[in-house]
Amino acid sequence: MDIRAQISMVFHLDKCIGCHTCSIACKNVWTDRKGAEYMWWNNVETKPGTGYPHRWEDQEDYKGGWEKKGDKVELKGAGKFRGLKNIFHNPSQPVMDDYYEPWTYKYSDLIDSPEGDDQPTARPVSLITGKHIDLKSGPNWDDDLSGSEIYAKNDPNFSVLDKQEQEDLFKLEKMVMSYLPRICNHCLNPACLASCPSGAIYKRGEDGVVLINQEVCRAWRMCVTSCPYKKSYYNWSSGKSEKCILCYPRIEAGEVPACMHSCVGRIRYLGVLLYDADKLESVVHMDENKLIDGQMDAIVNPHDPEIIEQARKNGIHDSMIEAAQKSPIYKWVKEWGLALPLHAEYRTIPMLFYVPPLLPIMGNVSENIYDNKNETYFTSIDQCRLPIKYLAGLFSAGDEGRIRHVLKKLMAVRIHRRGESVGDIEKEYVAGALKEVGMSPEMGEAIYKLSSLCTFEERFVVPASHREEAIEMTKMVLEQKGEVGFGFSDRPDRVL
Amino acid sequence: MLNLFLFVILPYVAIILELVVSIYRYYNNSYKFSSLSSEFLESDQLFWGSVPFHYGIITILLGHVIGFLFPSHVLAFGAVPVRLLIIEVTALIFGLLALFGLIMLVKRRMTDPRVQVVSTKMDFFILILLLLQVASGVGTAVMYRWGMNWYAISMVPYLKSLVFFKPDMSYVASMPWMVKFHIVNAFLIIAVLPFTRLLHFLVLPVHYLWRSWQVVIWNYDRKKIRKSK
Ligand code: SF4
Repeated sequence: MDIRAQISMVFHLDKCIGCHTCSIACKNVWTDRKGAEYMWWNNVETKPGTGYPHRWEDQEDYKGGWEKKGDKVELKGAGKFRGLKNIFHNPSQPVMDDYYEPWTYKYSDLIDSPEGDDQPTARPVSLITGKHIDLKSGPNWDDDLSGSEIYAKNDPNFSVLDKQEQEDLFKLEKMVMSYLPRICNHCLNPACLASCPSGAIYKRGEDGVVLINQEVCRAWRMCVTSCPYKKSYYNWSSGKSEKCILCYPRIEAGEVPACMHSCVGRIRYLGVLLYDADKLESVVHMDENKLIDGQMDAIVNPHDPEIIEQARKNGIHDSMIEAAQKSPIYKWVKEWGLALPLHAEYRTIPMLFYVPPLLPIMGNVSENIYDNKNETYFTSIDQCRLPIKYLAGLFSAGDEGRIRHVLKKLMAVRIHRRGESVGDIEKEYVAGALKEVGMSPEMGEAIYKLSSLCTFEERFVVPASHREEAIEMTKMVLEQKGEVGFGFSDRPDRVL
Repeated sequence: MLNLFLFVILPYVAIILELVVSIYRYYNNSYKFSSLSSEFLESDQLFWGSVPFHYGIITILLGHVIGFLFPSHVLAFGAVPVRLLIIEVTALIFGLLALFGLIMLVKRRMTDPRVQVVSTKMDFFILILLLLQVASGVGTAVMYRWGMNWYAISMVPYLKSLVFFKPDMSYVASMPWMVKFHIVNAFLIIAVLPFTRLLHFLVLPVHYLWRSWQVVIWNYDRKKIRKSK
């Protein structure tokens, strides 16, 4: 047993209002720089949609992630041999036009233009070349299903739906969409890391954050190809790849990442998970339908005394273990089994989990009264406008049963709450619904509370790191005292 | 006097510069120790430039190195005319490949507006030096045949004399001007190499081949902790 700690996230999709506040917070803090203008470490996509970069989920084209061939699991588009072979020109690396060409407007024209018959306009100019460009697409061009013909209809996830089902999705009275906010998943088996020829990418032992060392990165760009979520970006100006750093300077201080702190819908949760690193290798090699079970099995119970002992042995600080016990993530993911990883089939073991959207519940209108009570408790789920099959393609590696089960649980919570607050449903009906999904009323209440009434402290449980003690572990403190302290990258001696 | 400067002083200066500057830069500014890739801005033309150039130039360089290290074996191997012919033709093909790639690279850098944004004067300078180098190499191969043999017989001793600090210019003095140019230009490239994007080949990521797939870095010594308890 090799117990490690991972800072993980849960995004509750039913709550996301698609406001992009998270993206802006991230942009302002981290990527408002030359070379990074086009990067959105945090982005919010409309599903169905093609996302950012365009059709990123089409791995036949982008060749991201891992692939199981026979018993072996290998990187799809990079790796020791394939990567070095393609080092002079990487055929599956996305180029700027797969994202968009960043631009600004020539505002000075508004003031400087000579007098004339027409209003002066501020024309768009490229942030790359400084020349005028005609805008053809940009970030979130597909927001809220706009331009469906180009975007939503080309969603790679439609491959599981037949033609009729696809067409149905775009009938006016059946239109449906949901938001999908995405950041780096800080995976347990990161493909970006495995593909980096320079060894510039690493996972931090203490909290599992995946980082790119900018000093070591030599612009081979294999990470851009091999991250199946396309969350590693190449900075064309500095010649280094960059990615979401989970606001680690904030996390180390016990603060919350900018995107999560600013989230308007309060859909985001952050906390510690403990996992058994010894199990990872076998999880990575599992069959597609076992992957999520395997991942769940590798995440261990932080209350178990044996786990605690093993965690301590590995140098995990008590404050970290305590945070793991209070972790909202553990509840969503393990205790309640409501949150699922995005595209588990890429085999990177992503540690960002999603509570799938239950929207919209298709109720009945009888005698002018809208009612979502059904004959059997959960018939409405299968009438859900967003086909279960589609959701399964996103969140459960195609396993519809798993999605249906999660949606039923979410539904049961609603039935339970309706019983409590409106009180127009019989007690037996509520009890029956809860029983069918194996949920106690207390659990239903707890889920409701953490979904709707959660405080900041309940959503985010982040222990500050213990850098001060980290030094004591490797060095004699008294010796260290006279040495270089904070603020020098080198010894300040003057002798050559 | 000019010969002394070109064939003795320049080589030493070039190699010293190369070593000192690249080592200094590696340890003091490793951040900039790479080639600024522009594939993100322009990919299609890059393919037709970068791939032929790299495969061509690497093969040709390898040929030079093998000839330098094992001249007698090379000579013995080349004693059979068919073999000599095969080597000669292959070398010419790879040389032309490199030349073609280089021309494409120069064209791309001069014409693509996005790539121009990330191009420096040094990029053009080194591209032109390389172009001259490969062109003079291909020219030599065409005009002065059986280079594999005469390289082993008269160029290798000259290079060896430099390596052993007993410089002997007599071998090169009688060479045709194109060969002389090829030599001088080569040392020029070596001299400016650490100041250009070319130095990326010094950090070729070969260690990737035997490193483990995943890398986890701890800010404390994990083994120590695990053992002590
Ligand atoms: S800030 Fe929150 S609610 Fe708004 S788009 Fe981002 S994740 Fe959704």
